[in-house]
Amino acid sequence: MTTKIKVKNLTKIFGDNQKEALELTKKGVSKNDILEQTGATVGVYEANLTINEGEIFVIMGLSGSGKSTLVRMLNRLIEPTDGAVKIDGEDIIQMDDANLREVRRKKISMVFQNFGLFPHKTILENTEYGLEVQGIDKNERKERAEQALDNAGLLPYKDQYPDQLSGGMQQRVGLARALANDPEIILMDEAFSALDPLIRRDMQDELLELQKNQKRTIIFITHDLNESLRLGDRIAIMKDGQVVQVDSGDDILMNPANEYVERFVEDIDRSLVYTAENIMSTTPEYIIKDENDTQSALKHMEEKDISNIIVVEEDMTLRGYLDREEVAQAVMDGQSEIDPLLHTTLPTVRPKTLVKNLYDIIHDIDTPVAVIDSNDKLLGIVVRGAVLSALSEEGRDNVLNS
Amino acid sequence: MFELPLQELPVSEIVETATQWLVDTFSGFFNFVTQYGSRFMSNFTNVLSIVPPFLFILLIALLSYFANNRKMGLPVFTLIGLGYILNQGLWGQLLDTIALIVVAAIVTVIIGIPIGILSAKNDTANAIIQPVLDFMQTMPAFVYLIPAVAFFGIGMVPGIFASFIYALAPTVRFTNLGIREINPELIEASESFGSTNSQKLFKVELPLAKNTIMAGINQTVMLTLSMVVIASMIGAPGLGGNVLTALQRAQVGEGFVSGLAIVILAVIVDRLTQSLGRDKRA
Repeated sequence: MTTKIKVKNLTKIFGDNQKEALELTKKGVSKNDILEQTGATVGVYEANLTINEGEIFVIMGLSGSGKSTLVRMLNRLIEPTDGAVKIDGEDIIQMDDANLREVRRKKISMVFQNFGLFPHKTILENTEYGLEVQGIDKNERKERAEQALDNAGLLPYKDQYPDQLSGGMQQRVGLARALANDPEIILMDEAFSALDPLIRRDMQDELLELQKNQKRTIIFITHDLNESLRLGDRIAIMKDGQVVQVDSGDDILMNPANEYVERFVEDIDRSLVYTAENIMSTTPEYIIKDENDTQSALKHMEEKDISNIIVVEEDMTLRGYLDREEVAQAVMDGQSEIDPLLHTTLPTVRPKTLVKNLYDIIHDIDTPVAVIDSNDKLLGIVVRGAVLSALSEEGRDNVLNS
Repeated sequence: MFELPLQELPVSEIVETATQWLVDTFSGFFNFVTQYGSRFMSNFTNVLSIVPPFLFILLIALLSYFANNRKMGLPVFTLIGLGYILNQGLWGQLLDTIALIVVAAIVTVIIGIPIGILSAKNDTANAIIQPVLDFMQTMPAFVYLIPAVAFFGIGMVPGIFASFIYALAPTVRFTNLGIREINPELIEASESFGSTNSQKLFKVELPLAKNTIMAGINQTVMLTLSMVVIASMIGAPGLGGNVLTALQRAQVGEGFVSGLAIVILAVIVDRLTQSLGRDKRA
């Protein structure tokens, strides 16, 4: 993984006595004490981040946590008080205006919360804007902007004005405008926060889809944990201007760095985050087909007091399951082959299947659900109880410890 | 102990000396402006008067028809109103007045918009410009006539100068306001794509502030029109001259006729400049 953006000790102080306040941040004095002593507000406090090429990096925090200030320092819409932002190793904070403009024109695009579309320009003119300021010839920029709109399915609207489009469509234009420049980095400041929930999910899906095809480095700002978990390869949580934790979504849920993060993740809908892998039992009861007959299978089930058992090949390839009553009947009938008794209709899921999607599978069956990899090898099983307990508060710790 | 200054401070002497100094020092410039200004103005009025009155009235009526979303109200008013002015034998004065307000408004807009932009972009400049505008707006308009005469003598040119001072404020203020009230997200959007300052100004800020700026220009034009009578006191020709004469001779009828002509012109000019600021899409 290559590092795309390296943020080093980035600090933004608003108000008077900035110099004095900066000295205090270097000594590690708290934000509140600095406000009391100097009257200056620390917007972002010594932020350090490493953002990898091609990842969706989410910066999450409540309002006032400094996330919007932080993202605006990445393209210097806000001038940092101190620190460095290295993009491909080049510190943009030290750049002169002309070089900074080049970076903004070629490397970084931005998508805004309220779309940031120019109301006096048509959809096409809006999409062309980034190319227009680069001085690209009229025909070429029209072609490229139309291509970007076409990719977003918006070409029919190109001669309309932003206020004639719905919010979701406007933000699609905002995204198309950002993509028309073919940037390596896209900054998205609460880009989906102004949209209604259904449209919002669609847009999240579209973004993920887009990211599958063309890997760009996306820095996504949001105050919504569910959105962070859905989109983020990694998530940085901010509080009072400080970055308190940077981790993958799973790690943040499972190992919150402090009480604040813990409280944050408390009421998250875990079914949208947890996958089969998280809640499966990795030590299920199973028998190997070629090494067993009906008698040994029955004995195994009786010992463990279970009503059915998974059957696999020697290399763990899933074959099916046996029902205890049927096996007992077969033993009485003196039949030793287990093949004819094998149920092959065992429901299976992949390790990355969301718990949410397990509901439908698990709610009306008696057998466990097998978790298999792409070669049909058994990885574990999910039982109904595990699904329920994973979603309850105490259950979380059990899941985490398993 | 602190003592009140009992002597009168020599404010008026200072202003007079300063004005005299300006007149002496820049006499070349003032003479140049006066000379070429009056020549330009008389040429402009002559050109206007070449157009036959009937054709002129028809053209204005057509203009108001198309500028006002093809509604019939203003064109009809224009035909009747201007027809009345022609009927009263005030056509020459009308053209003089139109020339005065057109030139004064153009000069004011050309100078006012850049000052407004400066004041929107720079808080220090704004802090200086605002009180100066307050001063210019509240000082009785007659006072400007005195230095206007000192600089430019009598006639059209000092009239334009006095109107300019009096009418500058709205254009500057509305330009300032129009740019400052733009949604900051749009400014950020413009900057985030790497716009230069002038790209930002011409592609985003001025187009977005256009309606507000046009409202300011409308106000400026109306203020120049209200200076018409006052400017006539220093020999600026036009409808105002007739009002002034009527006042001096206590001719109520004459005063009313010319006054009504000014009102008619004001209504037409107001509606026309307003329609320029209207959004064509709406």
